[in-house]
Amino acid sequence: MTTTIIWTIAIISGLGLLLALTLYLVAQRFKVEEDPRIELVEKAMPGANCGGCGFAGCHAFADSAVKAPNLDNHFCPVGGNETMKKVAEILGYEIKEKAPMVAVVRCNGTCSNRPKINNYDGSLSCRVKASLYAGDTACAFGCLGCGDCVAACQFGALSMDLHTGLPVVDESKCTACGACVKACPKVIIELRKKGPRGMREYVSCVNKDKGPAAKKACAAACIGCGICAKTCTHGAIVLENNVAYIDPEKCKLCRECEAMCPTGAIHGVNFPKPLDKDAVKARIQERQKKAREAAAAAAEAAKAAAAPAEGNNEIKKEESNG
Amino acid sequence: MARRTFSIGGVHPNDAKISRNCKIETLPTPPTVYIAVAQHIGAPAKPVVAVGDKVKAGQVIAEPGGFMSAYIHSSVSGTVKSIGPRKDLSGNNQMVVEIAVEGDEWMEGIDRTDTLVTEIPQDPKAIIEKIKLGGVVGLGGATFPTHVKLSPPPGKKCEMLIINGCECEPYLTSDFRTLLEKGEQVVVGTAIIKKALGVDMATIAIEDNKPEAIDHITKVVAEMKAKSSDYAGIEVMSLMKKYPEGGEKQLIDAVMHRQVKSGGLPIDVGAVVDNVCTALAVYEAVQKNKPLVDNSVTVTGECFPHQANLLVRVGTPLSYIIDYLGGVPADAAKVISGGPMMGKAIANLDAATLKGTGGILFLTEKQTRRMPESSCIRCGKCADACPMGLEPFLLNRLYKAGNTEALEANAVQDCIMCGCCLYSCPAGIPLLDAISQARGQVMGIMKARAAAAKAAAEAAKAKTE
Repeated sequence: MTTTIIWTIAIISGLGLLLALTLYLVAQRFKVEEDPRIELVEKAMPGANCGGCGFAGCHAFADSAVKAPNLDNHFCPVGGNETMKKVAEILGYEIKEKAPMVAVVRCNGTCSNRPKINNYDGSLSCRVKASLYAGDTACAFGCLGCGDCVAACQFGALSMDLHTGLPVVDESKCTACGACVKACPKVIIELRKKGPRGMREYVSCVNKDKGPAAKKACAAACIGCGICAKTCTHGAIVLENNVAYIDPEKCKLCRECEAMCPTGAIHGVNFPKPLDKDAVKARIQERQKKAREAAAAAAEAAKAAAAPAEGNNEIKKEESNG
Repeated sequence: MARRTFSIGGVHPNDAKISRNCKIETLPTPPTVYIAVAQHIGAPAKPVVAVGDKVKAGQVIAEPGGFMSAYIHSSVSGTVKSIGPRKDLSGNNQMVVEIAVEGDEWMEGIDRTDTLVTEIPQDPKAIIEKIKLGGVVGLGGATFPTHVKLSPPPGKKCEMLIINGCECEPYLTSDFRTLLEKGEQVVVGTAIIKKALGVDMATIAIEDNKPEAIDHITKVVAEMKAKSSDYAGIEVMSLMKKYPEGGEKQLIDAVMHRQVKSGGLPIDVGAVVDNVCTALAVYEAVQKNKPLVDNSVTVTGECFPHQANLLVRVGTPLSYIIDYLGGVPADAAKVISGGPMMGKAIANLDAATLKGTGGILFLTEKQTRRMPESSCIRCGKCADACPMGLEPFLLNRLYKAGNTEALEANAVQDCIMCGCCLYSCPAGIPLLDAISQARGQVMGIMKARAAAAKAAAEAAKAKTE
């Protein structure tokens, strides 16, 4: 009995050793030569395999980064500048720092702003809903509210607000990987610069309908009136297809557009003080008044300057005639 | 004798043809029509009228925007009020031409009398040109431009023309009424298409829940055959009632016992399928010079008291049709354009009809209630029901996993969206929702790949030259 047990153990262990040795030798013989830096880079990565960088995963990113001549086309949105610094150190490249980004939901069609006009009873998926029809509100551009973006987020940064029916981004968790942007069939979510201390200004609407139709569909829609674009002194706002868009590169966060927007479609977040609309409006009106006065004065001055010039011409004419 | 039908899958929903005895009635012309420029598969037509232009009924208002496209004609006489986006029945914006109706003046040369013209003197080329100029598209649902269908690619030979009078969708009766009331015209239309294709055989296939139509058409065909040799080879075939018999590939299987392979076209097995209403439109376009400007629409539903089959001008607002028949019933919870199996829920009743609009169906809350979704119990009913021989439960799972390669390998692109899987699922799983998404994804990938391959081939060709 004992001998049987001993023999069994011996044979099994022997077999194990033999196979281990075979495996080791095979692994040595058919070893795939790989740049050791790939492994180092991969270790420096966050390891989320989210695909936010545009590569299949962290390994694919590392592989491509090692082979690339520079790191201009490689950026890990999850790890951000910290990770990229480490990667650059390993590879001996230089990197340009990128401003941290965050996902922004550009729809303000809450249940109270945007009344429902029909009931949807199909699959709870934005993609399915978008393929079937324009949605259960009169706005064909806004959030469908089925939460495809929430399901797509690997970092738990998105959640549906049950009171508004809109997704909410948790800025502390959002890594700007862009998965939600791809998941949204209505292209409402945008990756924007996080801004200094998280302060940023954006138009929370993508409705391309003309003013009256947009306003009818949603009380907080951008109606494309262009007041914001006229107000902005930095040329940061463009109006295209009846929607305003604030260029984060040019925006100086003065919040004047937000104060002037008639529907409240422009949102400012993370500002230390709440916006005093009346004060800002008064300031704008004062400035515009001054500008008008200045313009009038300039026009008069130009007129005055032109009049003697004309007189001179006449004199010259007379001279030439004479 | 065994009743003929297709061999794979299928389901037997209650056919509910409650409007079968309603004669086709002509709807009064609405005060305004909204004619969409995209009423067919393929490129949208390009408007050729300007705001303020006076148009007559039957006048071309938009020209084909490409090879796969069709002419659009004004269905009324009046003034073009605007050309721009308007919400269609799903609430999305579509380009429409708005025409305010003034009187009812038709273009010269259009014969609107009821006299039957049975002689077909035109040659195939002239027939196809007339069909193209008449803006005829497939009225079975897909709105495929008919002149494209009747010009098979070189090297492909058509052996049989099948005229689809199955109307397998429950509730709809406009094809049935057309067969009964305009059977002669349908048979002449069949002979015209037959001549255009140069085939010897044509089969008018009708499901056996419409015995009156089968008897009537059989009689008409016999009369016509006695009159002219153009009508030789036209047969009437009775098929067993089964959904989706009117599907192109299913019908070919039922009539010819031939299977169209995955990714293939009916012409690959020598068949061309057209709907009875298309045959009627062909008759009107070729014999009467009348373009496709009106079509018959069934308005029905158990909760709808004034069921009707109406001849409606293209571009009539749905709300005008419904108001004419007494308005939306109080207990209607859902309005569907088309039949209950493949139709589309209407989100916007102000939308206008298209050439392909076949029915307006009212369903009550009880009829539209979805079964609560539970887990798949692997019963295989969906796979039994699928007329394309697919495995819907598997496709659903693969879609959830995002495995597009496996989806393509399992032929999700062959899905005809008939809804048999969803109809048969005892667990209430929205299989079709998932599969239609997967189908869209896979078809997109296949298209991109084909385009890339074409570009690569062209680049290689340019290199060798």
